[in-house]
Amino acid sequence: MTSLLRRIGLRVIALGYLIVILVAPLALVFYRTFEDGIGPAWDALSTPETVNAFKLTLIITAIAVPLNTIFGIACGLAIVRRRFRGKGVVNALVDLPLALSPVVVGLSLFLLYGLDGWFGWLGDQGIQILFSLPAMVIATIFVSLPFVAREVVPTLREIGDEQEQAARTLGANSRQTFWRITLPAIRWAVIYGVVLTTARCLGEYGAVAVVSGRLQGETETATLRVEERYESFDLAGAYAISIVLALIAVLVLVAMTAIKPKEEAA
Amino acid sequence: MSTVDVASRPVRSVKLQSERASTALSLGLVTTYLTLIVGLPIAALVFESLNGGWAGFWEAVSSPEAVGALKLTLWTSIAVALLNAVLGTVTAWVLVRDSFRGKTLVNAIIDLPFALPTIVAGLTLLALYGPQSPVGINVAFTTTSIVLAMLFVTLPFVVRTVQPVLLELDQELEQAAKSLGASNWQTFRRVVFPNVLPGILSGVALAFAKAVGEFGSLVIITGNLPYKTQVSSVFIFSRIESGDRAGAAAVAVVLLAISFALLLSIGAIRHYATRHDRD
Repeated sequence: MTSLLRRIGLRVIALGYLIVILVAPLALVFYRTFEDGIGPAWDALSTPETVNAFKLTLIITAIAVPLNTIFGIACGLAIVRRRFRGKGVVNALVDLPLALSPVVVGLSLFLLYGLDGWFGWLGDQGIQILFSLPAMVIATIFVSLPFVAREVVPTLREIGDEQEQAARTLGANSRQTFWRITLPAIRWAVIYGVVLTTARCLGEYGAVAVVSGRLQGETETATLRVEERYESFDLAGAYAISIVLALIAVLVLVAMTAIKPKEEAA
Repeated sequence: MSTVDVASRPVRSVKLQSERASTALSLGLVTTYLTLIVGLPIAALVFESLNGGWAGFWEAVSSPEAVGALKLTLWTSIAVALLNAVLGTVTAWVLVRDSFRGKTLVNAIIDLPFALPTIVAGLTLLALYGPQSPVGINVAFTTTSIVLAMLFVTLPFVVRTVQPVLLELDQELEQAAKSLGASNWQTFRRVVFPNVLPGILSGVALAFAKAVGEFGSLVIITGNLPYKTQVSSVFIFSRIESGDRAGAAAVAVVLLAISFALLLSIGAIRHYATRHDRD
């Protein structure tokens, strides 16, 4: 009897915690958004500034995700399969974005590409980095850098290199070995990493807030737009954009839940 | 090096050479990318913070506002880390050992804070626990709101590091302890806890790192009041906006040092936890 009570007690604590912190606030915003039907939310979403903000977020994500995917695979292979000096430094730098404040990331880029920064001369050449798309892309790449690499590394360790060596013995070159043996073996880890990277790119706020300059309709991403709408006392607008971002997050969860067992089985 | 490579070396020396070149090339690309994206910006930050010498750094970092922000950040993050240690472990336990309808859904929801933009997290918390709260709880612009927002964004960490350990833990050990007369609490403390402790610790360290650096979810809900609700990340942001680069850089370097220290300790915990798997 007491063990049953304890089990129920723990269950109530865990579920209660999730409801208070997570489920109830989201449910309320969902309710508030559609309180007066779908019309007001749709109107808020279809303003040109908001449409532009979503477009910009998608453009940045479309650049950052492929670059970080290629880097993540190459970096994972380097960490697991190669021996080289400075591997410890590479490992530390790859993990850093997981533990570093996005504002610090933004500030670092701000200082590097600012007028008297080391790369400030690019501005004199007419190459605008800060307060425009390039800086926002670089900031997003920085914060979403570790995810593919961190998914690929344990999988590469687990599968070992016996199959790769067998392929090499049979005369395959390194490119053939990669495309026919390595990549198929780690594909679910890569896809899982890509999903995580995409989620991080779509949701990035702090680093982009520092380097974007926040010009409405020009350097305003979806997350920046949420804050701008809130500051302009347009709660309905802020909620509507938030709900779209939350729905994307739910899609990400669905993808994660579907992919995880395959990754673990691989 | 394997015997295969040695045996085929005379025949394929040209091929091997070109492969070595391609290995070096991919290694070069990895390090160049990492240097450009992460290394150089971090170096620029450290350089800027020491622009006015050691004295300049110290002056910027010891200003009352900066110290106030750092103190607030640290103690709220510690509170959040401790709460996570307990509630995260309980949640992981329920997800592994309990069974109820909708458990799969609950399990999936744990990752939502990771997938949800932090600014949206702040906005949703403000909707329920702000001035327009339908349940009459208003904690906006207080330290409670900081803890609440940090709890939201750090929710997955301890759960996701403890869960796999609990799944793998052999329940026969616990049954053996119980059959030898140990109480439930003794079994947990002596058998389960030592096994999950490394998981709890690395989850807590990750949650602490995330809490110390958190920004997006705090912008709206804390109101950014200096000395009262202004945490370090928000302090840095407001210093950038007011053009005080030295002040921003100094506090940012402190956060950077905390991040590195936490990553190192996570590495050490992992090393300790897997000590039996190595030769």
